[in-house]
Amino acid sequence: MSSAGQITANDLKPVTTEPRREESPIIRITGMHKWFGEFHVLSNIHLTVARQERIVICGPSGSGKSTLIRCINRLEEHQRGEIIVDEIKLTNDIKNIEKIRAEVGMVFQHFNLFPHLSILENLTLGPIWVRKTPKAEAEETAMYYLEKVRIAEQAHKYPGQLSGGQQQRVAIARSLCMKPRVMLFDEPTSALDPEMVKEVLDVMIELAEEGMTMIVVTHEMGFAKSVAHRVLFMDFGKIVEENTPDEFFNNPQHERTKLFLSQILH
Amino acid sequence: MEKEKSILSDESNIRPPATQVGVLGWTKKNLFDGPWNTALTLLILFFLWKVIPPLIDWFFIESRWASTSAECYAADGACWSIITYNIRFIIFGLFPPHLQWRPLTAMLLLAGMLFYSRDRRHWGKGLGYAWAVALFVMGLLMKGGLFGLAPVESTQWSGLPLTLMLSVFGMVAAYPLGVMLALGRRSGMPAIKSLSVVYIEMIRGVPLISLLFMSSVMFPLFLPEGITINKILRAQVAIILFTAAYIAEVVRGGLQAISRGQYEAAESLGLNYYQQMRLIILPQALKIVIPPTVGILISAFKDTSLVVIIALYDLLKTTQSVLSNPKWMGFSAEAYIFIALIYFICCYAMASYSRRLERELGANT
Repeated sequence: MSSAGQITANDLKPVTTEPRREESPIIRITGMHKWFGEFHVLSNIHLTVARQERIVICGPSGSGKSTLIRCINRLEEHQRGEIIVDEIKLTNDIKNIEKIRAEVGMVFQHFNLFPHLSILENLTLGPIWVRKTPKAEAEETAMYYLEKVRIAEQAHKYPGQLSGGQQQRVAIARSLCMKPRVMLFDEPTSALDPEMVKEVLDVMIELAEEGMTMIVVTHEMGFAKSVAHRVLFMDFGKIVEENTPDEFFNNPQHERTKLFLSQILH
Repeated sequence: MEKEKSILSDESNIRPPATQVGVLGWTKKNLFDGPWNTALTLLILFFLWKVIPPLIDWFFIESRWASTSAECYAADGACWSIITYNIRFIIFGLFPPHLQWRPLTAMLLLAGMLFYSRDRRHWGKGLGYAWAVALFVMGLLMKGGLFGLAPVESTQWSGLPLTLMLSVFGMVAAYPLGVMLALGRRSGMPAIKSLSVVYIEMIRGVPLISLLFMSSVMFPLFLPEGITINKILRAQVAIILFTAAYIAEVVRGGLQAISRGQYEAAESLGLNYYQQMRLIILPQALKIVIPPTVGILISAFKDTSLVVIIALYDLLKTTQSVLSNPKWMGFSAEAYIFIALIYFICCYAMASYSRRLERELGANT
C-alpha cells in the first residue's frame, strides 16, 4: 500500500474474465436525464453494460456518480430517457421495479445491514421473502456466501458486533444471496478504516474473477486499474471521459480528467 | 527483597478510611454532607416523625376491617369495612350476583393469558389463536346466551370487568390502527396522507370527554330509526379512535428515527412495501418508541374511567355508587385509595413489563 487507504495496482493482480459482448447487454441507458428539483444532476447519460463487464465510475463528489447507479435500481427516479435492465424497461410499474431490484445487487457506503437481525437472518431475508426460497435452503446458501467472504463464524452475531470491514463483507454476501445478475457498489470502501479496505476489495476481486457484472463507484484507483474493463469519469452530471483503465490513467484525454487524476494520485 | 515485599503487602493492605465506605460512608456522603444538608436531613426526619406514625395509626391500628358502618363512624381510623362490605358491588357492579363467577372467570382468564404472553419465547401463531379463543370465551362468559349460560344484558356489565374490557380492547385495537395511521401519514399517496393527517389532528384536537359525549348523545341521532348500537360499544370505539391518534404520532416519531439507508437496503433487495415495513422498518421503529407508547397505553387505561360521565358503570362509577349510599357516606378516602391501588397495580405492571421488553429487545443490538 502507498498512502492510507490507497491500494496501488501492484498490490492487486489483474482480473482476466472478459465481457460477453455477443449477448444482449445487461444494462442499456439511453439519453437519460435526472433533476433534483431545478438542479440538473444527470444529463444525457448513455451507457451500455455487457454481461460480465466491470465498470468503475469515478469523479469528484457531487458529480452524479452515485445518483447514476442508484437510478439503475430505481432508488432514484429518472425523468427523461430510458433505462433497460436485463430486458426489462424501468417505468413506474412497481412490479417491474421489484423484479429488477431482485436481479440487481447493491452495496452501500454505510453497509445498511439490518441491525435487529442476526447476520444469517440478514442474508436469508431476501431469498425467503422475495425469491420464496425454503428457509433451510436459504440458510445453506447464506452460509456458502458467508464462507466465501470469510466470515462464516460470525453468522449468529448481530451487525453491531462486527467491524466495518466485516459488515461490508456481510453486505456483499447479502446481495449475493439473491443471485443477482449485476452488482452495484456505491463507494463500498469510503466509510472504512484504512486497514479494512483491502479485505473488502479482495472479496470484490474474487467476485470479478467469477465473472460477476459490476458497476463500482470508487476512488480506489488501484482497484480500477486491475479490475475494470472500462473507467468512466463523471463531472457535473455528465460522463466526461470513458476509456480502458490503461488509456484512462496513462493518457487521459480531457483536461478535467487530468486535473482530477493529478489530485487523486498525488 | 524481603523489605520490598513487606512494603508492597503493607500498601495493598491499606483500606479506605471507615468514614468513606460502608453504612457510615454512605450516610455521611448522602445525608450529612455539610451544614446545609445536615439541616435538611434533620428537618425531613422531623417531618416524617410527625406524619408517619399517625398515618400508620389511621391505616392499620385504629382502622376497622370488617365492621358495620356504625362501628366505623365510632372509630378514629380508616374504615376499610366499606371495601370488604361492598367488595362485590365495587368489583362486579350490576352483574347478576348469582352469575358473578362468570366475570370473575373471564378476568382470571385474562390475567392468565397476559401472564403467559409476557414471555417472548411464547409468542407465535399458536399464542395468537389462543388469544382469539380466550377473547371469545371471555365475551361468552360476559354475554351468555350460548351453551346453557343465561344471557346477561350488556347494560349490566360493570365494575372492574368493564374497565378491563374497555382498556384491553381499546389498547389492542388502537395499537395497529395507530401504526397504520402513522404509516399513512408518511405515505407518498396524497389521499391516504391527507386523510391520516386530518384524522390525527382532528382527534387530537378534541378532549376524550367530548368524543364520549358525541358517541353517546350525538351519534345515535344519525342512525336510522330502529337501529341502536350498544352504548358500551360506542364508548369503546370512541376510546379506540382517540388512543389510536396518539399512538400514531408516537410511532411516526419512531419511523423518522430509522435512517434512509434501511429503507434503501430493504428496497434494493426487492422487498415490497408491506415486507419492508413488516420485516425491516416497524420492528426497529416500534422498539425505539416502546417507552412513549406504554405511556400512552397507561394513560388510555386510566382514561377509561371517563366513561363515568356517560353513565357507564365502570370501576369508578360502582365505587361512587357505594359512596352515595347514606350508610357509607364519608368514607370516600378509603374507597378511592382502594381503586387507586387497583389502577396502580395495573399501570405499574405495564410500566415494568415495558422496561423488561426494552431490555430484552435491546440486547440484540
